Amino acid sequence: MAATPIPLEVRNIKKRFGDTEVLKGLSLKAEKGDVITLIGASGSGKSTFLRCMNLLEQPNEGDLIVHGEDIRFKMTKHGREPADWKQVVDMRAKLSMVFQSFNLWAHMTLLENIIEAPIHVLGKSRKDAVAHARELLERVGLADRADYYPAQMSGGQQQRGAIARALAMDPEVMLFDEPTSALDPELVGDVLKVMRDLAKEGRTMIVVTHEMAFARDVSTEVIYLHQGQVEEAGPPDEVLGNPKSERLKQFLAPKH
Amino acid sequence: MESLTTWIEGLLANNDIFTLQTLSYYGEGLTTTVQLVFLSLIIGLILAVPLAIGRGSKHQWIKMPIFFYCYVFRGTPLLVQLYLIYYGVVFIEGIQDTWLWVILEKPFVPALIAFTLNTAAYTTEIFRGAIKSTARGEIEAARAYGMSWWLMMRRIVLPSAFRRALPAYGNEVIFMLHASAIASVVTIMDLTGAARFVYARFYAPFDAFLFVAAIYLCLTFSILYLFRYLEKRLLAHLKPSGQ
Repeated sequence: MAATPIPLEVRNIKKRFGDTEVLKGLSLKAEKGDVITLIGASGSGKSTFLRCMNLLEQPNEGDLIVHGEDIRFKMTKHGREPADWKQVVDMRAKLSMVFQSFNLWAHMTLLENIIEAPIHVLGKSRKDAVAHARELLERVGLADRADYYPAQMSGGQQQRGAIARALAMDPEVMLFDEPTSALDPELVGDVLKVMRDLAKEGRTMIVVTHEMAFARDVSTEVIYLHQGQVEEAGPPDEVLGNPKSERLKQFLAPKH
Repeated sequence: MESLTTWIEGLLANNDIFTLQTLSYYGEGLTTTVQLVFLSLIIGLILAVPLAIGRGSKHQWIKMPIFFYCYVFRGTPLLVQLYLIYYGVVFIEGIQDTWLWVILEKPFVPALIAFTLNTAAYTTEIFRGAIKSTARGEIEAARAYGMSWWLMMRRIVLPSAFRRALPAYGNEVIFMLHASAIASVVTIMDLTGAARFVYARFYAPFDAFLFVAAIYLCLTFSILYLFRYLEKRLLAHLKPSGQ
Protein backbone atom coordinates (compact mmCIF):
# COMPACT_ATOMS: atom_id res chain seq x y z
CA MET A 1 0.00 0.00 0.00
CA ALA A 2 1.71 3.09 -1.23
CA ALA A 3 1.39 6.31 0.70
CA THR A 4 -0.68 9.12 -0.84
CA PRO A 5 1.51 10.81 -3.43
CA ILE A 6 2.95 14.19 -2.56
CA PRO A 7 0.82 16.86 -4.29
CA LEU A 8 3.71 18.86 -5.67
CA GLU A 9 7.46 18.60 -5.62
CA VAL A 10 9.95 20.64 -7.61
CA ARG A 11 13.67 19.98 -7.61
CA ASN A 12 16.53 22.20 -8.59
CA ILE A 13 14.61 24.56 -10.89
CA LYS A 14 16.84 26.83 -12.96
CA LYS A 15 15.57 29.51 -15.29
CA ARG A 16 17.43 31.90 -17.54
CA PHE A 17 16.09 34.88 -19.45
CA GLY A 18 18.78 35.48 -22.06
CA ASP A 19 22.05 35.64 -20.14
CA THR A 20 20.47 36.42 -16.80
CA GLU A 21 19.92 33.48 -14.52
CA VAL A 22 16.82 34.40 -12.52
CA LEU A 23 16.32 31.08 -10.72
CA LYS A 24 19.48 29.38 -9.53
CA GLY A 25 18.34 25.96 -8.50
CA LEU A 26 15.19 26.13 -6.35
CA SER A 27 13.44 23.19 -4.74
CA LEU A 28 10.22 22.87 -2.82
CA LYS A 29 8.00 20.13 -1.52
CA ALA A 30 4.34 20.70 -0.75
CA GLU A 31 2.79 17.95 1.37
CA LYS A 32 -0.96 17.75 1.68
CA GLY A 33 -2.27 20.68 3.73
CA ASP A 34 0.94 22.69 3.53
CA VAL A 35 0.71 26.42 3.04
CA ILE A 36 4.03 27.62 1.69
CA THR A 37 4.58 31.33 1.27
CA LEU A 38 7.26 32.74 -0.97
CA ILE A 39 8.49 36.16 0.03
CA GLY A 40 11.24 38.40 -1.28
CA ALA A 41 11.90 41.73 -2.89
CA SER A 42 10.62 42.33 -6.40
CA GLY A 43 13.00 40.75 -8.88
CA SER A 44 13.91 37.98 -6.45
CA GLY A 45 12.28 35.44 -8.77
CA LYS A 46 9.36 34.39 -6.58
CA SER A 47 6.68 34.89 -9.24
CA THR A 48 8.81 33.25 -11.91
CA PHE A 49 9.37 30.30 -9.59
CA LEU A 50 5.62 29.95 -9.08
CA ARG A 51 5.00 30.17 -12.82
CA CYS A 52 7.55 27.42 -13.42
CA MET A 53 5.42 25.12 -11.27
CA ASN A 54 2.60 24.97 -13.81
CA LEU A 55 4.94 25.58 -16.74
CA LEU A 56 3.61 29.00 -17.70
CA GLU A 57 7.37 29.55 -17.77
CA GLN A 58 9.60 26.77 -19.03
CA PRO A 59 12.42 26.06 -16.59
CA ASN A 60 15.78 25.42 -18.26
CA GLU A 61 16.61 22.72 -15.74
CA GLY A 62 14.97 20.87 -12.91
CA ASP A 63 12.28 18.32 -12.17
CA LEU A 64 8.60 18.73 -11.59
CA ILE A 65 6.60 16.00 -9.89
CA VAL A 66 2.85 16.49 -9.60
CA HIS A 67 0.87 13.98 -7.57
CA GLY A 68 3.66 11.47 -7.92
CA GLU A 69 3.91 11.90 -11.68
CA ASP A 70 7.15 13.06 -13.23
CA ILE A 71 6.68 15.67 -15.95
CA ARG A 72 8.78 14.60 -18.94
CA PHE A 73 10.89 17.08 -20.88
CA LYS A 74 12.77 16.93 -24.15
CA MET A 75 15.38 19.13 -25.77
CA THR A 76 14.39 20.95 -28.96
CA LYS A 77 16.18 23.59 -30.97
CA HIS A 78 14.20 26.22 -29.00
CA GLY A 79 15.47 24.79 -25.71
CA ARG A 80 13.87 22.52 -23.18
CA GLU A 81 10.20 21.79 -23.68
CA PRO A 82 7.68 19.39 -22.20
CA ALA A 83 7.80 16.09 -24.08
CA ASP A 84 4.07 15.53 -23.82
CA TRP A 85 1.72 18.51 -23.83
CA LYS A 86 -1.18 16.25 -22.95
CA GLN A 87 0.59 15.48 -19.70
CA VAL A 88 1.09 19.20 -19.08
CA VAL A 89 -2.58 19.94 -19.70
CA ASP A 90 -3.57 17.21 -17.22
CA MET A 91 -1.04 18.50 -14.72
CA ARG A 92 -2.33 22.07 -14.99
CA ALA A 93 -5.85 20.90 -14.30
CA LYS A 94 -4.55 19.66 -10.91
CA LEU A 95 -2.87 22.96 -10.00
CA SER A 96 -5.12 25.94 -10.26
CA MET A 97 -3.72 29.43 -10.22
CA VAL A 98 -4.95 32.74 -8.87
CA PHE A 99 -3.33 35.72 -10.56
CA GLN A 100 -2.36 39.16 -9.41
CA SER A 101 -4.62 40.80 -12.00
CA PHE A 102 -7.46 38.23 -11.59
CA ASN A 103 -7.56 37.34 -15.30
CA LEU A 104 -11.20 36.42 -15.34
CA TRP A 105 -12.50 35.91 -18.88
CA ALA A 106 -14.13 39.23 -19.69
CA HIS A 107 -16.76 37.98 -22.11
CA MET A 108 -18.26 35.53 -19.62
CA THR A 109 -20.31 36.15 -16.52
CA LEU A 110 -18.81 35.17 -13.20
CA LEU A 111 -20.79 31.92 -13.14
CA GLU A 112 -19.69 31.07 -16.69
CA ASN A 113 -16.09 31.79 -15.68
CA ILE A 114 -16.34 29.31 -12.85
CA ILE A 115 -17.97 26.45 -14.78
CA GLU A 116 -15.87 26.88 -17.95
CA ALA A 117 -12.86 24.71 -17.11
CA PRO A 118 -14.74 22.11 -15.04
CA ILE A 119 -17.04 21.46 -18.03
CA HIS A 120 -14.58 21.71 -20.89
CA VAL A 121 -11.36 20.52 -19.26
CA LEU A 122 -12.53 18.11 -16.57
CA GLY A 123 -15.60 16.94 -18.51
CA LYS A 124 -18.10 17.59 -15.71
CA SER A 125 -21.77 17.85 -16.55
CA ARG A 126 -23.16 21.36 -16.74
CA LYS A 127 -25.66 20.65 -13.99
CA ASP A 128 -23.00 19.49 -11.52
CA ALA A 129 -20.67 22.32 -12.45
CA VAL A 130 -23.35 24.95 -11.90
CA ALA A 131 -24.38 23.45 -8.56
CA HIS A 132 -20.76 23.38 -7.40
CA ALA A 133 -20.18 26.93 -8.67
CA ARG A 134 -23.17 28.26 -6.74
CA GLU A 135 -21.83 26.65 -3.55
CA LEU A 136 -18.43 28.23 -4.11
CA LEU A 137 -19.92 31.65 -4.84
CA GLU A 138 -21.80 31.38 -1.58
CA ARG A 139 -18.54 30.62 0.22
CA VAL A 140 -16.64 33.57 -1.19
CA GLY A 141 -19.63 35.85 -0.54
CA LEU A 142 -20.59 36.50 -4.15
CA ALA A 143 -23.84 34.55 -4.47
CA ASP A 144 -25.60 37.65 -5.78
CA ARG A 145 -22.93 38.38 -8.39
CA ALA A 146 -23.23 35.16 -10.42
CA ASP A 147 -24.59 36.88 -13.52
CA TYR A 148 -22.29 39.91 -13.44
CA TYR A 149 -19.50 40.38 -15.94
CA PRO A 150 -16.01 40.92 -14.50
CA ALA A 151 -16.00 44.57 -15.62
CA GLN A 152 -19.06 45.16 -13.45
CA MET A 153 -17.36 44.04 -10.23
CA SER A 154 -14.79 45.59 -7.92
CA GLY A 155 -11.24 44.25 -7.83
CA GLY A 156 -11.86 42.46 -4.55
CA GLN A 157 -14.98 40.79 -5.91
CA GLN A 158 -13.15 39.77 -9.08
CA GLN A 159 -10.35 38.22 -7.06
CA ARG A 160 -12.74 36.31 -4.82
CA GLY A 161 -14.49 35.18 -8.01
CA ALA A 162 -11.14 34.06 -9.38
CA ILE A 163 -10.55 32.04 -6.20
CA ALA A 164 -13.94 30.40 -6.69
CA ARG A 165 -12.91 29.59 -10.26
CA ALA A 166 -9.72 27.99 -8.93
CA LEU A 167 -11.63 25.98 -6.31
CA ALA A 168 -14.07 24.70 -8.91
CA MET A 169 -11.25 22.57 -10.33
CA ASP A 170 -10.91 20.64 -7.04
CA PRO A 171 -7.19 21.28 -7.33
CA GLU A 172 -4.44 19.29 -5.63
CA VAL A 173 -2.54 22.51 -5.06
CA MET A 174 -3.56 26.15 -5.39
CA LEU A 175 -0.99 28.61 -6.63
CA PHE A 176 -1.46 32.26 -5.65
CA ASP A 177 0.58 34.86 -7.50
CA GLU A 178 0.48 38.04 -5.38
CA PRO A 179 -3.31 37.83 -5.11
CA THR A 180 -3.74 41.08 -3.19
CA SER A 181 -1.11 43.29 -4.82
CA ALA A 182 -3.46 44.84 -7.38
CA LEU A 183 -6.19 45.61 -4.86
CA ASP A 184 -7.13 48.78 -3.04
CA PRO A 185 -6.14 48.45 0.62
CA GLU A 186 -9.72 48.28 1.86
CA LEU A 187 -10.45 45.32 -0.44
CA VAL A 188 -7.45 43.23 0.64
CA GLY A 189 -9.08 42.02 3.85
CA ASP A 190 -11.94 40.14 2.18
CA VAL A 191 -9.60 38.27 -0.13
CA LEU A 192 -7.20 37.36 2.67
CA LYS A 193 -10.09 36.13 4.77
CA VAL A 194 -11.15 33.73 2.03
CA MET A 195 -7.55 32.51 1.76
CA ARG A 196 -7.26 32.02 5.52
CA ASP A 197 -10.42 29.91 5.47
CA LEU A 198 -8.96 27.78 2.70
CA ALA A 199 -5.78 27.23 4.68
CA LYS A 200 -7.82 26.32 7.74
CA GLU A 201 -9.73 23.61 5.90
CA GLY A 202 -6.46 21.99 4.84
CA ARG A 203 -5.98 23.15 1.27
CA THR A 204 -2.48 22.78 -0.11
CA MET A 205 -1.40 26.27 -1.13
CA ILE A 206 1.67 28.00 -2.45
CA VAL A 207 1.41 31.73 -2.08
CA VAL A 208 3.61 34.50 -3.40
CA THR A 209 2.79 37.48 -1.25
CA HIS A 210 3.86 40.71 0.39
CA GLU A 211 1.35 40.26 3.21
CA MET A 212 3.64 39.40 6.12
CA ALA A 213 0.80 39.03 8.61
CA PHE A 214 -0.77 36.41 6.36
CA ALA A 215 2.57 34.62 5.98
CA ARG A 216 3.10 34.62 9.73
CA ASP A 217 -0.36 33.45 10.74
CA VAL A 218 -1.23 30.98 8.04
CA SER A 219 1.81 29.36 6.50
CA THR A 220 3.46 26.12 7.49
CA GLU A 221 6.64 27.17 5.74
CA VAL A 222 8.08 30.49 4.62
CA ILE A 223 10.71 30.72 1.91
CA TYR A 224 12.64 33.94 1.50
CA LEU A 225 14.14 34.32 -1.95
CA HIS A 226 16.96 36.61 -2.91
CA GLN A 227 18.22 36.86 -6.48
CA GLY A 228 16.88 33.49 -7.46
CA GLN A 229 18.18 31.60 -4.46
CA VAL A 230 16.72 30.51 -1.16
CA GLU A 231 18.22 32.80 1.44
CA GLU A 232 16.23 31.43 4.35
CA ALA A 233 13.45 28.91 4.76
CA GLY A 234 11.56 27.27 7.59
CA PRO A 235 8.52 27.63 9.85
CA PRO A 236 7.18 31.21 10.01
CA ASP A 237 8.11 31.64 13.68
CA GLU A 238 11.75 31.07 12.87
CA VAL A 239 12.04 32.80 9.52
CA LEU A 240 9.88 35.82 10.30
CA GLY A 241 10.26 35.86 14.11
CA ASN A 242 13.95 35.29 14.29
CA PRO A 243 15.59 35.97 10.92
CA LYS A 244 19.24 35.04 10.67
CA SER A 245 20.35 36.63 7.44
CA GLU A 246 21.08 40.33 7.36
CA ARG A 247 19.11 40.76 4.13
CA LEU A 248 15.97 39.19 5.53
CA LYS A 249 16.22 41.38 8.65
CA GLN A 250 16.36 44.42 6.40
CA PHE A 251 13.52 43.10 4.24
CA LEU A 252 11.31 42.62 7.29
CA ALA A 253 12.23 45.91 8.97
CA PRO A 254 9.46 48.53 8.95
CA LYS A 255 9.95 50.68 5.87
CA HIS A 256 8.93 54.04 7.35
CA MET B 1 -52.44 42.36 -54.00
CA GLU B 2 -54.75 43.65 -56.72
CA SER B 3 -55.51 46.81 -54.81
CA LEU B 4 -51.83 47.38 -54.06
CA THR B 5 -51.01 47.31 -57.76
CA THR B 6 -53.76 49.81 -58.53
CA TRP B 7 -52.56 52.00 -55.68
CA ILE B 8 -49.01 52.04 -57.06
CA GLU B 9 -50.33 52.65 -60.57
CA GLY B 10 -52.22 55.64 -59.18
CA LEU B 11 -49.07 56.96 -57.60
CA LEU B 12 -47.18 56.53 -60.83
CA ALA B 13 -49.74 58.23 -63.02
CA ASN B 14 -48.36 61.21 -64.93
CA ASN B 15 -44.89 59.84 -64.43
CA ASP B 16 -42.90 58.81 -67.47
CA ILE B 17 -39.86 57.38 -65.70
CA PHE B 18 -40.99 55.37 -62.70
CA THR B 19 -43.35 52.95 -64.31
CA LEU B 20 -44.01 49.47 -63.01
CA GLN B 21 -41.57 48.34 -65.68
CA THR B 22 -38.63 50.40 -64.41
CA LEU B 23 -39.48 49.69 -60.78
CA SER B 24 -39.20 46.01 -61.54
CA TYR B 25 -35.68 46.67 -62.89
CA TYR B 26 -34.79 48.25 -59.55
CA GLY B 27 -36.42 45.35 -57.77
CA GLU B 28 -34.37 42.79 -59.64
CA GLY B 29 -31.28 44.93 -59.12
CA LEU B 30 -31.93 44.98 -55.37
CA THR B 31 -32.22 41.19 -55.32
CA THR B 32 -28.97 40.78 -57.24
CA THR B 33 -27.10 43.25 -55.02
CA VAL B 34 -28.34 41.63 -51.82
CA GLN B 35 -27.47 38.14 -53.12
CA LEU B 36 -24.03 39.20 -54.26
CA VAL B 37 -23.15 41.07 -51.06
CA PHE B 38 -24.67 38.55 -48.70
CA LEU B 39 -23.04 35.53 -50.33
CA SER B 40 -19.61 37.13 -50.59
CA LEU B 41 -19.79 38.29 -46.95
CA ILE B 42 -20.81 34.85 -45.69
CA ILE B 43 -18.16 32.97 -47.66
CA GLY B 44 -15.59 35.66 -46.87
CA LEU B 45 -16.38 35.36 -43.17
CA ILE B 46 -15.98 31.58 -43.23
CA LEU B 47 -12.63 31.92 -45.01
CA ALA B 48 -11.43 34.71 -42.75
CA VAL B 49 -11.63 32.78 -39.46
CA PRO B 50 -8.98 30.13 -40.24
CA LEU B 51 -6.96 32.69 -42.20
CA ALA B 52 -6.89 35.05 -39.21
CA ILE B 53 -5.77 32.25 -36.91
CA GLY B 54 -3.09 31.21 -39.43
CA ARG B 55 -2.01 34.82 -39.87
CA GLY B 56 -0.96 34.81 -36.23
CA SER B 57 0.86 31.48 -36.48
CA LYS B 58 4.50 31.29 -35.56
CA HIS B 59 5.26 29.10 -38.59
CA GLN B 60 6.53 31.23 -41.45
CA TRP B 61 5.15 28.92 -44.12
CA ILE B 62 1.63 29.38 -42.76
CA LYS B 63 1.92 33.04 -41.89
CA MET B 64 3.65 34.37 -45.00
CA PRO B 65 1.25 33.17 -47.74
CA ILE B 66 -1.70 34.61 -45.79
CA PHE B 67 0.14 37.86 -45.24
CA PHE B 68 0.88 38.01 -48.97
CA TYR B 69 -2.73 37.29 -49.90
CA CYS B 70 -4.08 40.00 -47.59
CA TYR B 71 -1.44 42.43 -48.78
CA VAL B 72 -2.31 41.92 -52.46
CA PHE B 73 -6.08 42.08 -52.04
CA ARG B 74 -5.99 45.08 -49.73
CA GLY B 75 -3.32 46.78 -51.79
CA THR B 76 -5.12 46.79 -55.15
CA PRO B 77 -8.46 48.26 -56.24
CA LEU B 78 -11.43 45.94 -56.15
CA LEU B 79 -12.31 47.02 -59.69
CA VAL B 80 -8.93 45.81 -60.96
CA GLN B 81 -9.42 42.50 -59.14
CA LEU B 82 -12.83 42.16 -60.75
CA TYR B 83 -11.43 42.88 -64.23
CA LEU B 84 -8.64 40.38 -63.72
CA ILE B 85 -10.99 37.64 -62.65
CA TYR B 86 -13.77 38.37 -65.12
CA TYR B 87 -11.72 39.12 -68.23
CA GLY B 88 -8.69 37.10 -67.19
CA VAL B 89 -10.25 33.65 -66.88
CA VAL B 90 -11.05 33.56 -70.59
CA PHE B 91 -7.37 33.37 -71.31
CA ILE B 92 -6.70 30.35 -69.11
CA GLU B 93 -5.76 27.58 -71.56
CA GLY B 94 -8.57 25.11 -72.15
CA ILE B 95 -10.94 26.51 -69.53
CA GLN B 96 -13.68 26.96 -72.11
CA ASP B 97 -13.84 23.20 -72.59
CA THR B 98 -14.46 22.43 -68.92
CA TRP B 99 -17.65 22.53 -66.87
CA LEU B 100 -16.22 25.55 -65.05
CA TRP B 101 -16.86 27.68 -68.08
CA VAL B 102 -20.60 27.31 -67.70
CA ILE B 103 -20.51 29.32 -64.50
CA LEU B 104 -17.55 31.57 -65.25
CA GLU B 105 -18.95 32.72 -68.54
CA LYS B 106 -21.64 34.75 -66.83
CA PRO B 107 -20.48 37.72 -64.77
CA PHE B 108 -22.15 36.79 -61.46
CA VAL B 109 -19.72 34.11 -60.33
CA PRO B 110 -16.54 36.03 -61.26
CA ALA B 111 -17.90 39.04 -59.39
CA LEU B 112 -18.77 36.84 -56.43
CA ILE B 113 -15.23 35.42 -56.43
CA ALA B 114 -13.65 38.88 -56.58
CA PHE B 115 -15.85 40.27 -53.81
CA THR B 116 -15.36 37.21 -51.62
CA LEU B 117 -11.58 37.25 -51.91
CA ASN B 118 -11.55 40.97 -51.25
CA THR B 119 -13.76 40.94 -48.18
CA ALA B 120 -12.02 37.83 -46.84
CA ALA B 121 -8.70 39.71 -46.94
CA TYR B 122 -10.09 42.69 -45.03
CA THR B 123 -11.98 40.53 -42.56
CA THR B 124 -8.86 38.45 -41.92
CA GLU B 125 -7.01 41.60 -40.89
CA ILE B 126 -9.89 42.76 -38.69
CA PHE B 127 -10.03 39.41 -36.90
CA ARG B 128 -6.28 39.13 -36.63
CA GLY B 129 -6.15 42.49 -34.88
CA ALA B 130 -8.90 41.42 -32.50
CA ILE B 131 -7.26 38.07 -31.78
CA LYS B 132 -3.93 39.75 -31.18
CA SER B 133 -5.42 42.20 -28.72
CA THR B 134 -6.88 39.48 -26.51
CA ALA B 135 -5.78 40.26 -22.97
CA ARG B 136 -2.60 38.28 -22.19
CA GLY B 137 -3.87 37.50 -18.74
CA GLU B 138 -6.97 35.78 -20.11
CA ILE B 139 -4.82 33.59 -22.34
CA GLU B 140 -2.57 32.78 -19.43
CA ALA B 141 -5.57 31.84 -17.30
CA ALA B 142 -6.81 29.55 -20.08
CA ARG B 143 -3.44 27.80 -20.22
CA ALA B 144 -3.15 27.63 -16.45
CA TYR B 145 -6.55 25.94 -16.26
CA GLY B 146 -5.46 23.11 -18.52
CA MET B 147 -6.96 24.20 -21.81
CA SER B 148 -5.37 22.86 -24.96
CA TRP B 149 -4.55 25.36 -27.70
CA TRP B 150 -7.65 24.52 -29.70
CA LEU B 151 -10.00 24.61 -26.71
CA MET B 152 -8.57 27.98 -25.71
CA MET B 153 -9.11 29.32 -29.24
CA ARG B 154 -12.63 28.01 -29.40
CA ARG B 155 -13.83 28.99 -25.92
CA ILE B 156 -11.79 32.04 -24.95
CA VAL B 157 -9.90 33.76 -27.76
CA LEU B 158 -12.36 33.62 -30.67
CA PRO B 159 -15.57 34.43 -28.77
CA SER B 160 -13.89 37.39 -27.16
CA ALA B 161 -12.20 38.53 -30.41
CA PHE B 162 -15.39 38.28 -32.50
CA ARG B 163 -17.20 40.51 -30.08
CA ARG B 164 -14.46 43.11 -30.11
CA ALA B 165 -14.25 42.93 -33.91
CA LEU B 166 -17.95 43.64 -34.33
CA PRO B 167 -17.81 47.45 -34.83
CA ALA B 168 -14.99 47.18 -37.37
CA TYR B 169 -16.72 44.32 -39.15
CA GLY B 170 -19.94 46.36 -39.36
CA ASN B 171 -17.98 48.96 -41.32
CA GLU B 172 -16.64 46.26 -43.62
CA VAL B 173 -20.20 45.12 -44.38
CA ILE B 174 -21.22 48.65 -45.33
CA PHE B 175 -18.09 49.09 -47.45
CA MET B 176 -18.89 45.85 -49.22
CA LEU B 177 -22.44 46.96 -49.97
CA HIS B 178 -21.18 50.17 -51.53
CA ALA B 179 -18.29 48.50 -53.32
CA SER B 180 -20.74 46.09 -54.91
CA ALA B 181 -21.89 48.97 -57.13
CA ILE B 182 -18.94 48.27 -59.40
CA ALA B 183 -20.48 44.92 -60.32
CA SER B 184 -22.47 46.92 -62.86
CA VAL B 185 -19.37 47.55 -64.96
CA VAL B 186 -19.17 43.87 -65.86
CA THR B 187 -22.78 43.98 -67.08
CA ILE B 188 -24.39 42.68 -63.86
CA MET B 189 -27.82 44.22 -63.39
CA ASP B 190 -27.42 45.05 -59.75
CA LEU B 191 -28.97 48.15 -58.17
CA THR B 192 -26.49 50.49 -59.82
CA GLY B 193 -26.83 48.55 -63.07
CA ALA B 194 -30.56 49.11 -62.98
CA ALA B 195 -30.05 52.81 -62.32
CA ARG B 196 -27.66 53.07 -65.25
CA PHE B 197 -30.19 51.38 -67.46
CA VAL B 198 -32.97 53.75 -66.46
CA TYR B 199 -30.63 56.71 -66.88
CA ALA B 200 -29.63 55.61 -70.37
CA ARG B 201 -33.23 54.97 -71.36
CA PHE B 202 -34.72 58.29 -70.20
CA TYR B 203 -31.60 60.44 -69.96
CA ALA B 204 -32.68 61.47 -66.47
CA PRO B 205 -29.63 61.20 -64.22
CA PHE B 206 -31.13 62.76 -61.11
CA ASP B 207 -34.23 60.63 -61.08
CA ALA B 208 -32.36 57.41 -61.82
CA PHE B 209 -29.45 57.83 -59.44
CA LEU B 210 -31.14 59.68 -56.58
CA PHE B 211 -33.67 56.88 -56.42
CA VAL B 212 -30.97 54.24 -56.26
CA ALA B 213 -29.02 56.30 -53.70
CA ALA B 214 -32.12 56.29 -51.49
CA ILE B 215 -32.28 52.50 -51.69
CA TYR B 216 -28.59 52.20 -50.73
CA LEU B 217 -29.22 54.54 -47.81
CA CYS B 218 -32.07 52.38 -46.56
CA LEU B 219 -29.90 49.28 -46.82
CA THR B 220 -27.05 51.00 -45.00
CA PHE B 221 -29.32 52.07 -42.18
CA SER B 222 -30.68 48.55 -41.79
CA ILE B 223 -27.11 47.23 -41.51
CA LEU B 224 -26.16 49.93 -39.03
CA TYR B 225 -29.21 49.13 -36.98
CA LEU B 226 -28.50 45.40 -37.01
CA PHE B 227 -24.94 45.94 -35.84
CA ARG B 228 -25.98 48.39 -33.17
CA TYR B 229 -28.37 45.75 -31.85
CA LEU B 230 -25.67 43.06 -31.96
CA GLU B 231 -23.16 45.30 -30.20
CA LYS B 232 -25.64 46.13 -27.49
CA ARG B 233 -26.23 42.46 -26.86
CA LEU B 234 -22.75 41.03 -27.35
CA LEU B 235 -20.62 43.83 -25.94
CA ALA B 236 -22.60 44.26 -22.73
CA HIS B 237 -19.72 42.68 -20.80
CA LEU B 238 -17.34 45.55 -21.58
CA LYS B 239 -19.59 48.16 -20.05
CA PRO B 240 -18.81 49.13 -16.49
CA SER B 241 -21.56 48.65 -13.94
CA GLY B 242 -24.39 51.08 -13.45
CA GLN B 243 -25.25 51.41 -17.14
